[in-house]
Amino acid sequence: MKDTDDSARRIGRRALVLGGAQMAFAGLLAWQMRKMQIEEADKFRLLAEENRINLRLLPPARGLIFDRNGVPIAENDQNYRVVIVREDAGDVAAVLDRLRRIIPLSDEDIARTLAETQRRVRFVPVTVADRLSWEDLSRVAVNTPALPGVRVEVGLSRTYPLGSDFAHIVGYVGPVSDYDLSKLDDPDPLLQIPGFQIGKSGVEARMEDVLRGRAGTSQIEVNAAGRVMRELSRDEGVAGRNVQLTIDESLQNYVQARLAGESAATVVMDVETGDLKAIASAPTFDPNLFVRGISVADYRALTENKYRPLANKSVQGVYPPGSTFKMVTALAALEAGIVGPEDTFWCPGYLQTAGRRFHCWKRGGHGHMNMHDSLVQSCDVYYYEVAQRVGIDRISAMANKLGLGVRHDIPMSAVAEGLTPTLDWKQQRRGESWVIGDTINASIGQGFVLASPLQLAVMTARLAAGTDIAPRLVRAIDGVPQEVRRTGALDLDPANLRAIRRAMSAVSNSRRGTGYRSRIVDETMLMAGKSGTSQVRNITAAERARGVFRNEDLPWERRDHALFVSYAPADRPRFAVAVVVEHGGGGSAAAAPIARDVLLRVLNGDLPPLEAYPASQRENIEQQQRSLPLRQRAPGQTGSSRA
Amino acid sequence: MSYLEYNVKTIPAGPRKVLYLNWPLVLLLTAIACVGFLMLYSVAGGSFRPWVEPQAKRFAVGLAVMFIVAMVPIRIWRNLSALAYLVALVLLVWVEFFGIVGMGAQRWIDIGFMRLQPSELMKISLVMMLAAYYDWLDLSKTSRPLWVIVPVMLILLPVALVLKQPDLGTSILLLAGGGFVMFLAGVHWAYFAAVIAAGAGLVSAVLRSRGTDWQLLEDYQFRRIDTFLDPSSDPLGAGYHITQSKIALGSGGLTGRGFMQGTQSRLNFLPEKHTDFIFTTLAEEFGFFGGMSLLALYAAVIVFCIAAAMTNRDRFSQLLTLGVAGTFFLFFAVNMSMVMGLAPVVGVPLPLVSYGGSAMLVLLAAFGLVQSAHVHKPRS
Repeated sequence: MKDTDDSARRIGRRALVLGGAQMAFAGLLAWQMRKMQIEEADKFRLLAEENRINLRLLPPARGLIFDRNGVPIAENDQNYRVVIVREDAGDVAAVLDRLRRIIPLSDEDIARTLAETQRRVRFVPVTVADRLSWEDLSRVAVNTPALPGVRVEVGLSRTYPLGSDFAHIVGYVGPVSDYDLSKLDDPDPLLQIPGFQIGKSGVEARMEDVLRGRAGTSQIEVNAAGRVMRELSRDEGVAGRNVQLTIDESLQNYVQARLAGESAATVVMDVETGDLKAIASAPTFDPNLFVRGISVADYRALTENKYRPLANKSVQGVYPPGSTFKMVTALAALEAGIVGPEDTFWCPGYLQTAGRRFHCWKRGGHGHMNMHDSLVQSCDVYYYEVAQRVGIDRISAMANKLGLGVRHDIPMSAVAEGLTPTLDWKQQRRGESWVIGDTINASIGQGFVLASPLQLAVMTARLAAGTDIAPRLVRAIDGVPQEVRRTGALDLDPANLRAIRRAMSAVSNSRRGTGYRSRIVDETMLMAGKSGTSQVRNITAAERARGVFRNEDLPWERRDHALFVSYAPADRPRFAVAVVVEHGGGGSAAAAPIARDVLLRVLNGDLPPLEAYPASQRENIEQQQRSLPLRQRAPGQTGSSRA
Repeated sequence: MSYLEYNVKTIPAGPRKVLYLNWPLVLLLTAIACVGFLMLYSVAGGSFRPWVEPQAKRFAVGLAVMFIVAMVPIRIWRNLSALAYLVALVLLVWVEFFGIVGMGAQRWIDIGFMRLQPSELMKISLVMMLAAYYDWLDLSKTSRPLWVIVPVMLILLPVALVLKQPDLGTSILLLAGGGFVMFLAGVHWAYFAAVIAAGAGLVSAVLRSRGTDWQLLEDYQFRRIDTFLDPSSDPLGAGYHITQSKIALGSGGLTGRGFMQGTQSRLNFLPEKHTDFIFTTLAEEFGFFGGMSLLALYAAVIVFCIAAAMTNRDRFSQLLTLGVAGTFFLFFAVNMSMVMGLAPVVGVPLPLVSYGGSAMLVLLAAFGLVQSAHVHKPRS
């Protein structure tokens, strides 16, 4: 009894000691919890927030592009794609095999998908096929029960419903490449999204900042493995702004159709507002090909075509303006007071100077030429004579004043500056001194002088309006009209301008004019213009002696460029049109008819009326109109992809 | 000196025994288990599946086991102690050869309706065995070296087997639990001082053995020690558990983020959120108040056990009650130290709260023994 009491007491003592120690340890735990949860709670709370919140970017809808009448040129189409989630699919290969039996999938697609599903985390969707047709989409949807882990996702993708007509103006978008990232100094995190599309050329590229919009963000809670648990907050971002161009979609279509078959460019400009109503370059291409990822074969076909469909000839291409430059030389001389409008020079068919003989296009010569006649008949020798007296620098200054040699500010890719040479320019760039032959060549728009069709259109518009009108491509952004730049009168003697305009009108409307064949007979729409034929080769003395001049006998690449600049109506100018037909031969023969058709089309607002043409040509014109490859567009129909 | 001497008529018998159960203790254990259900419901994202339902069933089974064990007279348990110990030992050897490998260790035996962890069984068998040993041993011999070596061997044998599995957490629990019983039985202080000194020596030897060919711990155990000492050394690797656990705990603050609002645990940042790290969910969602409440419940269990032991009249009952309380203490103390970053991650569940069958069943059976001791003590 005593023993057990003793034992119980001893155990009791030790129990109290041990229990005390245990309670002390519990106290230690409590103290530690207090420290962590009360004193350091803020620190840990912050760490916890960082742990779980992830920002996900929501790509904004890209701004749409419309023509001046609101017809969509660039749209965002819903793009259906099939994705597969490895976690849900189980046996990915088997599911893909089943999927393959209902929608077309290449071995390449299968292999890529298999590789990607293995590489990615198992719950991340991997794209199997992109841009599904409605039929394929519904086939997948119907078979969903047999296709575990397969689902259809929808995204936005750029489409160009008008196809090739706007390929050069609007350009196209494409996924951001490493090259883009290295080139652009753009911190926008959107660019880091795989497959995010940015403008690659044209308006799409130049107005990227307007069209792109601001990325939205979605704050999502993720777990340690990165799986999305729920969305905490969402900021939709700002969609890109819509851009309305000054281009008239139906006119553009007409011009492209009119140029079909040629390697040519045409620019139509409103002489009052500067609005560019059509900027055509032929041949062209389908920008949708590039958005989808162009095939090697298609791309090769485009790059190996000798007509260079990818080149934007209207603003990027530069050509010797040829005789269309004569207005510049004439105005420079008139303004400098070196010649009067009625002063004449003798054209024997050539000019002998500095030990060289410079030929006129007319071998026999034009005889006595004043300014008016020299423009109407496009006598070269008159300009050789005048230019020697005016000097190249004053000619170039006049060219710049009229919009040549100046890079016009329109949002298209690679807008060319062209070239208006000066004494200094040749010294600096070529290390050679200017010789009089250079001036003589430049006086008729050959030699060093280079201009784009856009610049020629601007020149024509300025001559026609007498103002320093500038071209404009963007009409409105998000419905807010863009200001028409205020224009001032050109710093020129109005009498001289009138003289030039009279001569240009005579080019088309007088019997001796080079453009008479392509005149408009409708009194309200009479046109004025100037032809140009620019050599792309030197004519050797031997050739000249043999008399081999005929363009038709030369290979295409060596034929002359045909140019024509014009405006109408001649008495109250509204539109200026510049046409360049690469290697088209004579300007009056190859380019002038195009300029006339386009002018009539823009003035008339529809297919030109046959009554406006000289009676003898109406039959041919009617036939030509009927065979024009115009786009037939039913209202509401958009997108060639859904055809 | 044994219970037989108290075999007087005042020991309750028959159905009346139920009245003499330590009902406050039953309520405490149930309350703790309910905290567990709540947390399992939360970590499952507001669902009774996959954890709450089986856990509740096991608790029900465990409670039944506890009552059955409590109804069996304590002397029968005393007489079965050696057998229980032997069976547990044999099973430990068995798993060494035939066990199912789970979570990187050989710990389970599949016995049809559940997976049995013999090491869990050993936790209670060892306490029973030691209590019975000291109940049998002449009091005066308690501190004699020869009679001290016997219980030390009884402890070290299973510890070595469990360590071999390898299960560091359970071997520490066995070692410390056995030590508690020896201490309570009245073994001289000097032995404990010597063991602690030797332990310190051993620790340094273990640490020094690293990288040599006589390495005493597995590499993963060394890494756990490393991460314990400096969790930030490997925040996404081995230190991940501790770092995330501390973030969860600390971010709970005073009142917590609210039930089912714990982002850390709900979003899988926490490892083993339903088992060893469930306390962090509680601390995150109910804050300091929640954590303290559970700690208070645990402390109350210890206090009730000590109080019950004080009224027991025989050594076996006393040592068993206190031994079970000690083991229970070790469970939650090690687990909570672990999740708070005070101890290395050794894989000890939070008693009655963590999801897991064996541990809960064994613990409730152990409390059945405590109840049995409580019921079958002589009353005036």
